[in-house]
Amino acid sequence: MNIGVLMRAVPDPVEELELSADGTDLDRDFLGYVLNEFDDHALEEALLLKEETGGSLTVMAFGTADEVTQMLYTAVAKGADIAVRLGEGLEPLDARAQAGLLAEAVQAGSFDVVLGGVQAADELGGQVTVLAAAMLGWPHVSVVVGVQPNSAGLRVVKEYWGGIMAEFSVTPPVMLGVQAARQPPRYVAVARIREAQQSGALREEPVAAPAPSPAVRVTALRLPEAGEGAEMIAGDESAAAERIAELIRGSR
Amino acid sequence: MSGNVLVLTEHLQGAFTDGTYEALALARRLADSLGGEVEAALAGPGSLAPALGGADTVLVVDEPVLEFFNPQAHPRVFSALVAEREPAVVLVPYTSMGMEVASEVSVRCDLPLVSYCTGVSADGGLSATCRLYAGKIEADVDVPGQRGVFALLSGSAPAAEGRSGGRGEVAKVPAPDLSDLQVRFERLIEPTAGDVDITAQEVLVVVGRGIESRENIAQAEALASALGGAVACSRPIVDQGWLPKTRQVGKSGLTVKPRVYLALGVSGAPEHIEGMRGASVIIAVNKDPKAPIFGVANYGWVGDLFDLIPELTDRC
Ligand SMILES: Cc1cc2nc3c(=O)[nH]c(=O)nc-3n(C[C@H](O)[C@H](O)[C@H](O)COP(=O)(O)OP(=O)(O)OC[C@H]3O[C@@H](n4cnc5c(N)ncnc54)[C@H](O)[C@@H]3O)c2cc1C
Ligand SMILES: Nc1ncnc2c1ncn2[C@@H]1O[C@H](COP(=O)(O)O)[C@@H](O)[C@H]1O
Repeated sequence: MNIGVLMRAVPDPVEELELSADGTDLDRDFLGYVLNEFDDHALEEALLLKEETGGSLTVMAFGTADEVTQMLYTAVAKGADIAVRLGEGLEPLDARAQAGLLAEAVQAGSFDVVLGGVQAADELGGQVTVLAAAMLGWPHVSVVVGVQPNSAGLRVVKEYWGGIMAEFSVTPPVMLGVQAARQPPRYVAVARIREAQQSGALREEPVAAPAPSPAVRVTALRLPEAGEGAEMIAGDESAAAERIAELIRGSR
Repeated sequence: MSGNVLVLTEHLQGAFTDGTYEALALARRLADSLGGEVEAALAGPGSLAPALGGADTVLVVDEPVLEFFNPQAHPRVFSALVAEREPAVVLVPYTSMGMEVASEVSVRCDLPLVSYCTGVSADGGLSATCRLYAGKIEADVDVPGQRGVFALLSGSAPAAEGRSGGRGEVAKVPAPDLSDLQVRFERLIEPTAGDVDITAQEVLVVVGRGIESRENIAQAEALASALGGAVACSRPIVDQGWLPKTRQVGKSGLTVKPRVYLALGVSGAPEHIEGMRGASVIIAVNKDPKAPIFGVANYGWVGDLFDLIPELTDRC
């Protein structure tokens, strides 16, 4: 199978987020980026699928930041055959515009299946895997927790809630939004990533950014007040333990 | 274009989701400001239509292939309905089903989409509030074109209000061509019962990624047994394979309402909060003073969970 994976660098969730001067975006000057956690699962599921079906695995990402390059080489070190860096910076195009560019890249790659993360929480314009699929006229399945080959092409398991899941048979091509891989994403040694950097597996494919579409306008961002609504317990751990024990007893 | 609000409903095992009723409740408020009506689209068994009395009109597309959610068929049916009815506002619950529906409908009908909405208003133009960055940032957005699709996080309006209050007139609508589907529904997979039923516990000690390792979960277990409760967790703990799925609280896990919910190292992403908001006393421990969990907790302590656990276990 010819497998594609879409990867997105998102602001590191561990870092403190600050707003830009006009309050409609994050202050991106000092922001660190990491791979969206669900994309790591998409890559893992894609690697498992490749191990089962053979074929080729291509990872694709936007941006020229060091983090993006690092993310792509890490994927190569884990077993991706080709990494494609789709030009442009990390400046936030809306989801629809990004999906349009990704749909073109997917079309050009003649993939059987393309996996991305279920969502990236830094953008409010919708789910890129679904948007891109709709633009291509492909079917999609999202919130995927397992993909395996079957007689129709692929057996895809989608998660609902309360532990209920649904199984689908899918004839490729299809776009999948992965929630969790069948097993935790694998680790890879730094030495392997260094090897990948020498491998020449990274390809540049500059894409032209479309004009921004002002269909949805962010007018303000807010950081919710710390501890809004909660009564904050003061003191060290023993004072906190005392108070919490008291609260639990008192709740009876 | 009309001033109507169309809710794209979702059902599983013969019942509509709470998200559907929340969307209907919000739809009524929006329709009142827009001077329009509330329409509900049902792609599935027509026998479910009477449960949509919160809508004025229930548009039913009933085909065998729509009995169970199909991520290719349902968005196609809903797109055709939106194109035909031309509502001003389309509301979709942001769930496992709704996220596939909302994005595809927005592309096929060329409507702007706003996702992760906690509220939508039609007073003085269409606008919404959204939660981004796993609950850490709130955004205000405008939709200048005055038409749009909004995907709603759980809790956007009271579900009870959406269960009635409309005329509930049923109109059958023919389906678009569904003969070429590449996606075939095979079966539902029911959860296997776990060792502990976290929905039946009075006290839950809930661990998030802050617990750091499988080994550390033993500390939470010791605390939970001292409290006469059980250990539950956030999603990443299950995805790492440290605890079984039956212990997961949230959107894709279980909804719990214990007397005490003690969250240790849980950030409070919207997907987690939707499963625990109903707990009586929520106590959160997190080393990040800005963690969104403090926004839903009744009591909070900013500090290291590993310092707290032994102190608290000793006192219980
Ligand atoms: C479709 C979908 C469904 C989902 N369903 C669910 C669901 O059902 N349930 C769910 O939980 N999530 C769900 N998620 C995932 C959700 O978006 C979050 O990723 C997840 O809830 C985060 O888990 P967490 O809080 O444990 O981890 P993190 O967000 O990584 O938070 C860890 C927290 O621990 C704190 N911490 C770290 N170390 C310490 C320490 N020593 N002492 C004190 N605090 C510490 C940190 O400050 C941080 O706030 C879903 C996501 C999607 C897209
Ligand atoms: N700019 C991008 N480049 C590559 N992949 C992306 C991009 N934006 C989104 N994706 C993919 O789409 C998934 C969902 O993102 P989103 O739809 O923005 O919530 C991500 O997890 C990625 O797999």
